[in-house]
Amino acid sequence: MIAICDYGVGNLASVRKAFHAVGYEAELVRDPELLRGARAIVLPGVGHFGHCSREFQRYHLGPAVTEARERGVPILGICVGMQLFFEGSEEAEDAPGLGFIAGRVRRMRDVPRLPQIGWNEVRVRAAHPWLAAADGWYYFVHSYAADAKADLVIGTVDYGGERAAIVGGAGLLGVQFHPEKSGAAGLRLLETFAEAVA
Amino acid sequence: MTLAKRIVPCLDVKDGRVVKGTRFVDLRDAGDPVELARRYDDQGADELCFLDITASAERRRTVVDLASRVADELFIPFTVGGGIRDADEAGEILRVGADKVALNSAAVRDPSVISAVAGRFGSQAMVLAIDARKVADGWEVVIDGGRTPTGRDAVRWAKEGCERGAGEILLTSMETDGTKLGFDLPLTAAVASAVDVPVIASGGASGPADFVALFERTPADAGLAASIFHFAETTVGDVKGALAAARIAVRPAEAPVRR
Repeated sequence: MIAICDYGVGNLASVRKAFHAVGYEAELVRDPELLRGARAIVLPGVGHFGHCSREFQRYHLGPAVTEARERGVPILGICVGMQLFFEGSEEAEDAPGLGFIAGRVRRMRDVPRLPQIGWNEVRVRAAHPWLAAADGWYYFVHSYAADAKADLVIGTVDYGGERAAIVGGAGLLGVQFHPEKSGAAGLRLLETFAEAVA
Repeated sequence: MTLAKRIVPCLDVKDGRVVKGTRFVDLRDAGDPVELARRYDDQGADELCFLDITASAERRRTVVDLASRVADELFIPFTVGGGIRDADEAGEILRVGADKVALNSAAVRDPSVISAVAGRFGSQAMVLAIDARKVADGWEVVIDGGRTPTGRDAVRWAKEGCERGAGEILLTSMETDGTKLGFDLPLTAAVASAVDVPVIASGGASGPADFVALFERTPADAGLAASIFHFAETTVGDVKGALAAARIAVRPAEAPVRR
């Protein structure tokens, strides 16, 4: 089972519908016990880091996801779900991340517009078993981003400078953009992930 | 590369059906918003806007149903606008898969609804739609589909809306809307220069050259049009071709999703 962490944030339905479109049934899971039985975990997320972090804690999902990570269960993070991989964010200094990746997410400076809303081109810098395609266009919606030189950055996007667009390592992949809203390119990414972990 | 300028076809929907007829003769059901939306997706639309003008008591249910059906089949971002009054209603639409809601008259009548929606669902989901008409010393906000003047200055209202949490401005010129005389460049430039959030310009597009002018002469981030796409006078692909030829960044076309 691919479990989508259901902590009440906005893009849950879209992520589930996108997996369905590529032939995989993902389940919305809120109970940490059920999460422990997942074959793979998706952390969706959109909006405010502090809100996402608080809701994530309110449902006691942090320990279950951390434990899954330690057991090597594949984890995909989307947008704020990916930002939760880091230790924290400037958007909410008191709200913790999961700490899977060293460093913090910061507000983008010297950018033409905030938020960045729209399609931008991602350059893949390093291979990852769950990434089939190389460079591609994806849909972004965010005001905060990890530094392009941060630990585990494997894809970048140019928006007033290079920003982290994809992070990943063994058993872990995070994307700042929204694959569930990135047309054929995004569906391919989700399909590749689902195939690899199914 | 950098962020692409967005081309946004808009569909007017009433009681779950596309309002006007369409010249896409090969559509199975020309009144089905999902089928028309899929056509735009195939053409390379970067996102879609559904403007609901249903007046009946069933409006709320039909608009949520529409958003859900679109999200079942299309995997590009879309905004739903028209008659949304409060954060609860916005939430129903966003939860089934819409990315943003556009608020217009309700936000003017009670500006606190902007922060209510942004606070619960994030600024990125809260689009402030502004209809503006030219007056002696600038542009005035009008509501109720242009019928009601408000006395508010459009540029100041856009700035206030952003301070209250709007993450994007959908700006329609009542001077150019429906005229096919091109986008209202002075209005668009004034608003897009005054705010930090992205601005979607709407009203007056007659063809690809109007989009080129919009992006060459204003800082707008996106251009919206309804009838020129609806009546197949031009395609999203034609617009993007003209933009690319003018060295304006656009997302290249890709093979459509067919599953």
